[in-house]
Amino acid sequence: MLTIAGQEIRSRLLIGTGKFSSPRVMAEAIAASGSQMVTVALRRVDLNDPGDDIMSVLDREKYMFLPNTSGARDAVEAIRLARMARASGGGEWLKLEVTPDPRTLLPDPVETLKATEVLVAEGFKVLPYMNADPILALKLQDAGAAAVMPLGSPIGTNQGILTRFQVAIIIDQARVPVIVDAGLGAPSHAAEAMEMGADAVLVNTAVAVAVDPVRMARAFALAVEAGREAFEAGLGRRRGEAEASSPESGLGFLK
Amino acid sequence: MKIQCNGKDTIIDEGVSIEKLLLELALNPDTVVVECNERIILREDYGSHILVEGDELELIRFVGGG
Repeated sequence: MLTIAGQEIRSRLLIGTGKFSSPRVMAEAIAASGSQMVTVALRRVDLNDPGDDIMSVLDREKYMFLPNTSGARDAVEAIRLARMARASGGGEWLKLEVTPDPRTLLPDPVETLKATEVLVAEGFKVLPYMNADPILALKLQDAGAAAVMPLGSPIGTNQGILTRFQVAIIIDQARVPVIVDAGLGAPSHAAEAMEMGADAVLVNTAVAVAVDPVRMARAFALAVEAGREAFEAGLGRRRGEAEASSPESGLGFLK
Repeated sequence: MKIQCNGKDTIIDEGVSIEKLLLELALNPDTVVVECNERIILREDYGSHILVEGDELELIRFVGGG
């Protein structure tokens, strides 16, 4: 079973709650995903529409909340958001995101490491969103991160795992769980991450923008399970040359 | 008196607590985090924290996100 910071987590699929067409579709998709941990963001209350409250559709008994610091451009902003998340009753879990460039939404490694150090000291269980940099992963782990979340490709691009080579090294070296986050656009991408030995994946856009988000959530759940099963079963080596599957002997009668 | 609430000038009565303001705005105090002048106010202090002229309030809560 997946264990993060000593907490057992049933599903290796983490689900984001952004971009859904309605709270009802979101709640149904999350239920279909089988996910136990969901990410949420923090924003100003819309004073023109104060009734729009995600907490009214998400059952806190059923799901662990993983508040993110999306929108933070540096460590100071991320720390401010983290403290707000805890004060909102979000608990100690935190997906740390520091993305100074709105065009790429790529994480700032220096500010992410700084914020991780401060927030770990404050008792947060920090899961940093990071570029797929094996050296940074080790530094975040040493700084006390509860898991590392390397990106497959930039947020919302649905490009899959463009960082395969680096993610493989991160998985090989990590002592904390590796959760591939961002850019997973199809169940096959999630299965690929799991086959590589990732401990979990986080998916949002691919589910939320599907024609049928509920069925897509189920498709991702199956893919994550299949990929994990394949990893544990042990995949055969890739080869450069063909090797017959059928016996090469016993063909004398053809000659 | 005038305060700033989520970046907007807002006129409120003197002596209003954070809790009273939230209720007037039809907000559930259990799901809204309040920063006053960039300091987080603990939920148990919403009732006793009286707003004063010029306070800058941020009312924040969870929304969908990835």
